[in-house]
Amino acid sequence: MNQIDAQHLLSRARAGEVRALARAISIVENREEGRAQLLWAAQQAYGTAFRIGLTGAPGSGKSSLSDALIEVLRNEGRRVAVLAVDPSSPFTGGALLGDRVRMSRHAEDDGVFIRSMSSRGALGGLSRAAWETLLLFDAASFDVVLVETVGVGQSELEVRDVCDLPSCQPRSGDIVQMMKAGIMEIADLFVINKADLPGADRMMAAVRELIQISSTNHGVRPNLLKSIAVQGEGISILWKTLWERYQMMQTDQTLQQKRKQQWAAHVRKAAEEELLRRFQEFLERNKQLLRWTEARDEERSSFDTTIQTLVDAFIHSSTP
Amino acid sequence: MALLEEESHRDALQAAWLEYQKARKRFETVYREHAKERPALFENLSGNTVEPLYGPDEKRSDPTYYLAKIGFPGEYPYTRGVHESMYRGRLWTMRMFAGFGTAEDTNRRFRYLIEQGEGGLSTAFDMPTLMGYDSDDPHSVGEVGREGVAVDSLEDMEQLFDGIDLDQVSTSMTINGPAAIVWAMYLALAEKRGIAWEKLRGTTQNDILKEYIAQKEWIFPPEPSMKLVTDTIEFASQHVPQWNPVSISGYHIREAGSTAVQELAFTLADGFAYVEAALRRGLDVDAFAPRLSFFFNSHLDFFEEIAKLRAARRIWATRMRDRYGAKDPRSWKLRTHVQTAGCSLTAQQPEVNIIRTTTEALAAVLGGCQSLHTNSMDEVLSLPTEKAVRIALRTQQVLAYETGVTHTVDPLAGSYYVEALTDRMEEQAKAYFDKIEEQGGVLACIENGFFQREIADAAYRYQREIEQGERIIVGVNAFTEGNEESIERLKIDPSVERRQIERVKAVRQKRDGWAVQKALEEVQRAARASENLMPALIAAVRVYATEGEIVEALKQVYGTYQERAVI
Amino acid sequence: MERRPIRILIGKVGLDGHDRGAKVLARGLRDAGMEVIYSGLWQTPESLVRMALQEDVDVIGISILSGAHMTIFPRVHDELVRRHAEEILVIGGGIIPPEDAQALIQDKHAAAIFAPGESIETIAGWIREHVPGQRQALKDGA
Repeated sequence: MNQIDAQHLLSRARAGEVRALARAISIVENREEGRAQLLWAAQQAYGTAFRIGLTGAPGSGKSSLSDALIEVLRNEGRRVAVLAVDPSSPFTGGALLGDRVRMSRHAEDDGVFIRSMSSRGALGGLSRAAWETLLLFDAASFDVVLVETVGVGQSELEVRDVCDLPSCQPRSGDIVQMMKAGIMEIADLFVINKADLPGADRMMAAVRELIQISSTNHGVRPNLLKSIAVQGEGISILWKTLWERYQMMQTDQTLQQKRKQQWAAHVRKAAEEELLRRFQEFLERNKQLLRWTEARDEERSSFDTTIQTLVDAFIHSSTP
Repeated sequence: MALLEEESHRDALQAAWLEYQKARKRFETVYREHAKERPALFENLSGNTVEPLYGPDEKRSDPTYYLAKIGFPGEYPYTRGVHESMYRGRLWTMRMFAGFGTAEDTNRRFRYLIEQGEGGLSTAFDMPTLMGYDSDDPHSVGEVGREGVAVDSLEDMEQLFDGIDLDQVSTSMTINGPAAIVWAMYLALAEKRGIAWEKLRGTTQNDILKEYIAQKEWIFPPEPSMKLVTDTIEFASQHVPQWNPVSISGYHIREAGSTAVQELAFTLADGFAYVEAALRRGLDVDAFAPRLSFFFNSHLDFFEEIAKLRAARRIWATRMRDRYGAKDPRSWKLRTHVQTAGCSLTAQQPEVNIIRTTTEALAAVLGGCQSLHTNSMDEVLSLPTEKAVRIALRTQQVLAYETGVTHTVDPLAGSYYVEALTDRMEEQAKAYFDKIEEQGGVLACIENGFFQREIADAAYRYQREIEQGERIIVGVNAFTEGNEESIERLKIDPSVERRQIERVKAVRQKRDGWAVQKALEEVQRAARASENLMPALIAAVRVYATEGEIVEALKQVYGTYQERAVI
Repeated sequence: MERRPIRILIGKVGLDGHDRGAKVLARGLRDAGMEVIYSGLWQTPESLVRMALQEDVDVIGISILSGAHMTIFPRVHDELVRRHAEEILVIGGGIIPPEDAQALIQDKHAAAIFAPGESIETIAGWIREHVPGQRQALKDGA
């Protein structure tokens, strides 16, 4: 695929052709031929969609919240893309992706695009492909992008790296987990969903307390809201709050700053992955090195020297 | 002197137990060292290990245990059955499910079954009716009259029961989401024919909880759905006293892939949830509990199924009396319909299904069911043919009249194995009750996907056991035949859909549109005011408002519901 | 460099809510290393095809137990044709009599229909065998 093909595919995606965007995402996700051209083309259009991150443990109601948010956004005429990320099985690489079930009433709406993505083994829960997919959504001129990830674990840490406004939906019993996972520092907004369930008020109080003792993010404390997503309650206010914060970030330049940082973080991460890939290829090409490693006597050779020798060999091989 | 005698008797007994335990230990050693075992999975369908041999133990040999846990038939805790004489007094009702095509088609099948000596009518509705859509709704395309009869308005109900005396039959209607509406049609029909509601006998399945858990045929969110069920319970207790407003069903939970223990536990938990809802409504427990009935599955694991029914009766009786304070013994009795397991039938060598159904039916009878449906051998392929239905009914007749299993009450009581199994299932069910309560009750467990996940796990385990050959299914993973001859199948006339659509359109033409409009508004008003909806529903169907129209009106008040994905 | 797992959409179309088979199959195919997207209940042919396009799947698997298969498969097929995506493989399962299955395959409304009791391994094997050819056809066509 040359640059012109890539541009063509993206303009079809921008014109609302579902299949063009879907193929573009697959090409990026699978690192198929043409990925670089697509990303370069997408970059030209980069920076229009408002990216909202939604995290929370399974069962906290992320998909219901997405579903309700989509409804509000569509009523305002905004085009919405959703990226729903679920973990893949560490053993088989397979994945079961069922998040879109709760959003199925939007299945026939042209202004909504939902894509499920498996983490494909990415440690943080979000793969590089997730960030790159957001670039494509941008290029396809969506107004709002929702990124859903499972939460508790490490994935929230990465939501910050791809979203303008990460939010979190704690579930009762999650508080300690949240503190451990460092969620309080990451999310800009907390939603207590299922606010009609017993114990919701206690949750509100607990999270409020945590917010007050946690450090502020650019001088702005996280917001705390409640909702009953399945009934659509509290969603308009949630959207209003998100939008206000987004506009504030635009005015005081924090948005641009944040996106620059994300860009840099992404480049760095990609570079790390590239380095690792090349090192693995190098080892693959130089099997004698592995045999040499195995031959070293465990008791007499230093662990560190062995490592050093391997890495040095790699560095020398790549600097002619 | 008497004291001494008693003492020496006790000593002798003690010595005998010691002797027995020694003998048992000896046997176990011999068994471990010498007995040969096939390389098979000695586990029942709930995944519980089955011991090679069961024998007497001190606990169960104690008469106080017998009195407390087993008792006599017709007496608390009803482990041995809900009637004193069971099948010596009256055989179970041989109830066969029927329904396909238009109301006339099903009406003909009903009359045929009555001629064949069947004791009760059981109605299956088509998918659009079950989901609250009229036949001419876009959602109904291709599904009208396929899996059951289409009922759009009172006119279809009139056709369905044409020439059948409503006060002479007991009618069961397998419908859940829109059950209140269809029941309203039946009540309106009786009223039109001048038959007092007090004389009507029958059952509406109306068990919405298991829909969220297993069968997935709901219309509204769980809470308003529960309110509708409670409305019917209240209305029946006041106006239709011989009607069973809810048939609390484990059948579908099992068909969705649960184990027997899960079926037992989840079904009873649902039952208790209905009781609690009715109590919150302010009803007296003894005013409605006697009319709650059950519907269980009977699967292939013979003894486990028998134990399941015995344990169910015991748990229900105990909780109804001790936790909910029921005083009327009728409230303690778990009466149940049983259907053989559709999910145990195979598409391969379908005639073999007759044998599966026979053992499942025998288990249901030995478990003490009140009515029984036997599946037809071809149900896994299509709707049953008349011949297949006849064989299935004959199966029950053979069990009832030829085998002699009906001569004595609860013949398996006292079987070391069956009693041990009954106790274990009771314990495991109670462990589930605790888990459900910890999570906030049945509705919370539906919302968080607990039931759905437990069932999906069990279904997947079962499938893997079959694929890995650990569980043998004849004709599927063993004893297969290459070229299978096909059996005769029932074909649904494709013109059914067109005829039914014409019919519902004609009804809309000739009825009083203004009256319908008013009636639908009244339904909405009553729904918003949280009144009992039954009077408004009956008024609406009386003027030929269609099921779809009423459901739509209610959706505007209650909303709809999409479950979270539990895969 | 290219690492592309097979993606499949497991769908329930129509009013029938019996999802045991669909869910068991979804899990089984996950364990066979595929990325399985589950549609949830009550999809229309239009919504199912739109999902398949958005998710860029190789295969659509439809489970039908309500007897509506002779209506649903042709409608899904027509929708795929309308959206120029007829190379997506459509397979089916549920209660589908052999003669209906034959007719569906003959009319190209489905690529394969699996009978009740068919093992997951067989189905996974069929998919693995047929997806590469379908992908090649897509590349050639594009």
